[in-house]
Amino acid sequence: MTRDGRSLIAALAGIVGARHVRTALPERITYARDGLPTHRRVPGVVVLPGSRDEVIAIVRLLAALGVPFVPRGAGTGLSGGALADADAVLVVLTRLNRILRIDPRNHLAVVEPGVVNVRLSAAAAPDGLLYSPDPSSQTACTIGGNVAENAGGPHCLKYGVTATHVLALEVVLADGQVVELGSLSGEPWGPDLVGLFVGSEGNFGIATRITVRLLPVPRAVRTLLADFAALRTAGEAVSAVIASGIVPAALEMMDQSCIRAVEDSVYAAGYPRDAAAVLLLELDGAQESAVAADAETIAGILHAHGARSVTVAADAKQRERLWQGRKKAFGAMGRLSRDLVVQDAVVPRSALPDVLETIARIAGAYGLTVSNVFHAGDGNLHPNISFDGRVPGLKARVDEASGEIMAACIAAGGTITGEHGVGLDKLRYMPLLFDGDALAAMRAVRRVFDPEERVNPGKVVPVHACREWVGSVSAERGTRNARADVRSDFRVPTSALET
Amino acid sequence: MSLVDRVRALLGDDAVDVAATHDGVPRVAPASPDAVALLLGTAREEGWHVRIEGAGSWLPTDAPVDLALTTRRLDHVPAIEPQDLAATVEAGIGCDLLRQQLADRGTWLALDPPGLAGRSLGSVVATATAGPLRQGFGPVRDHLLGVTFVTGDGRLVQSGGRVMKNVAGYDLTKLAAGGFGAFGVIVLVHLRLRALPRADQTLVLEGSREELAQVSEDIAAAAVQPAAHELMSPALARRERWLLAVRFAGSAALVSAEETALRAATGGGGRFTPLRADEAHALWMRAAESFATRPVTFRIGGLPDSSDELLDLLQHQVGDEWISASPGVGAIRWGGETTVDRLRRLRRSLAGLEVPLTLERASWPVRAAVGHFGAYREGVGPLVAGLRRTFDPAEAFVVAVEGAE
Repeated sequence: MTRDGRSLIAALAGIVGARHVRTALPERITYARDGLPTHRRVPGVVVLPGSRDEVIAIVRLLAALGVPFVPRGAGTGLSGGALADADAVLVVLTRLNRILRIDPRNHLAVVEPGVVNVRLSAAAAPDGLLYSPDPSSQTACTIGGNVAENAGGPHCLKYGVTATHVLALEVVLADGQVVELGSLSGEPWGPDLVGLFVGSEGNFGIATRITVRLLPVPRAVRTLLADFAALRTAGEAVSAVIASGIVPAALEMMDQSCIRAVEDSVYAAGYPRDAAAVLLLELDGAQESAVAADAETIAGILHAHGARSVTVAADAKQRERLWQGRKKAFGAMGRLSRDLVVQDAVVPRSALPDVLETIARIAGAYGLTVSNVFHAGDGNLHPNISFDGRVPGLKARVDEASGEIMAACIAAGGTITGEHGVGLDKLRYMPLLFDGDALAAMRAVRRVFDPEERVNPGKVVPVHACREWVGSVSAERGTRNARADVRSDFRVPTSALET
Repeated sequence: MSLVDRVRALLGDDAVDVAATHDGVPRVAPASPDAVALLLGTAREEGWHVRIEGAGSWLPTDAPVDLALTTRRLDHVPAIEPQDLAATVEAGIGCDLLRQQLADRGTWLALDPPGLAGRSLGSVVATATAGPLRQGFGPVRDHLLGVTFVTGDGRLVQSGGRVMKNVAGYDLTKLAAGGFGAFGVIVLVHLRLRALPRADQTLVLEGSREELAQVSEDIAAAAVQPAAHELMSPALARRERWLLAVRFAGSAALVSAEETALRAATGGGGRFTPLRADEAHALWMRAAESFATRPVTFRIGGLPDSSDELLDLLQHQVGDEWISASPGVGAIRWGGETTVDRLRRLRRSLAGLEVPLTLERASWPVRAAVGHFGAYREGVGPLVAGLRRTFDPAEAFVVAVEGAE
């Protein structure tokens, strides 16, 4: 076992080649953030393995040295979940980007974790299939990252989040052991460890092979844009649509601030600038006549619940334009200010009108611009706070406002994250949602997979809030979100590396 | 103080029923999740071994224990929220009662598990026994927003919530669903509901297994999207020959269009016979209940293109009298009489094909020998053992998870 950071770096280079180990500060700074601008951690070393065997070798090396590590995909996450401290190694999986198999007969695919989400659907398209989870970052985010976060997207309203679509996993555990979880059919071999792993934010190990379900590309699609004079009316229309029994593939909402940001940008989609809110709905299915009839029914419901107009996309081009506006809305908000915090919370759908008004009140009280673009059909809010982080004190105000928004969502019966994960950003809210026993249970489960808590340390479960837990391993009380003690003496000699 | 006196002192006289079990084990029926926690905390202190029972109509109530914990008094429905299509339900409620209460509010739980109508919801969740509707609406876990369970040492653990999406913390709900009670007693379930379908049509076709397998392939190739698509053995369907039952549920327009597509995909005309609502109800209910009358029931998870091969294997090794197969998703449920040796041999054969076999119900000697899951893949056993120690450190729960193999 080496006690020297340089020896570790040499050993990593021996596994992946020197060009795939990043040690210089400017290189490491590249990985200091994810998609959330409010957290910054510069990793000690960055390593980019090119194969599962290299991942296994790296993890075994780090296990032998007791070095913490953080798996990372494309770094598009929005919770600070894939950030590593200076004493940890960041294992970036973007080079594991092969689609290993597409089985059109059984509607499944086997991929490496670094495959970019949208690439899989493109590869499956010739067989008339697609990969359904479609987070807004799908042109950049990886399927491994989607698995870690249990990512969603607009179309998970009808088709389910990532967990619904993952059938089996090959996982490298913290000690370097490789286990196979699940089966090609999705029937577990024993307890549902695939279900447990998905959404564990990298705490349980690294998924090196991911088997996912593919769905037939819908033969019929209708995309509707409804505009409303009041946010509350739009929220109420969402409940009416859901109650109809027709499940749209997607049901998204954008408020006026968001609409204007989009319309002012290169992603302008033709949304009415004077609307207080628009709903973007998509209906799809295998049968043209059914989808057409359902679309007509939904249009009637929208009109009956206050829509000023309902437009049906005339063709694929218009549909694509409407969706581009929605999917690029976060980018368009870059026009509003220098920094953007994309928040994530879920409330019961019927609570949407009230919670949206509460969020507006909080924004007003803090003097902040909050734009809403979100998955209304699921009640999954994304209040986006635009700000300039260089203004003294503003970041703290954003932080406080975020806290109040989270508290309002919890009070409404909701939760603090629907698809972005806890990461670092939402650790502080976990005790508002779970009691000490539930948190301790989570931590104890994590320690079954990773007894030393070396994989993505300090994320998801706030250690200080856990009660004592007697189980396979005891969970000690902490006073802060400290990591469990690990055996590492590893310290990257940062100053030496920067020379 | 005897066990019974101790429990009576803890939970009151009416919580204990000594005479009710066939094996003389005192049956305890806590009236609240807190009472379950109190009982299991005491069980840990006293070293009592416990079996978990729901309505007692699915898994035989024969595990050798000190006391039986039944959830039957946990039968309240704290909330049905039609506007959110969600419900919060105690785990001991019977599926039939729940279904009625949901229907009264215009909602529907799209699960049709095997077993008698009064089977408890907790049993369905704990054993993850989905029925034919898994084709269109997914396995049991897809219907769960969260659960609360009590661990073997008496802790109440909440997981998930009552909203449609939730990634706050690890998803312990997935562990509870299909864990056969090895990790805790499920006391409360948050459910994802659907609006009652405006139209619900079942169509059937009789034929040889081979003929119907071909029809099933045609249905899949035509991208027809049924809610259920089930191949039933003659005994199960109470017909002369095998039966293919296809169910559509949703808006009137959807059901009509799918039925038209089905007919077009399968040679048009009148090959399929539509059932009246009462006939369809009787068909699906009979099929579900039949599995509760067989001594052994198991499920296997294959791929759609291996369904025929797997049916052949079952026929060869354990017979094919009571079978319900979902060719569209590759799942097969088997019921009947068989031996420990045959089950072990079958499980080994299936493992060679990368197909898991989950023993759903059998007498205790069979469960203890074969296990619900059998041997795990390399490296998984220690994980499951670690999870069991985490949630049941004193091994209070008597559950034949792995079996003796």
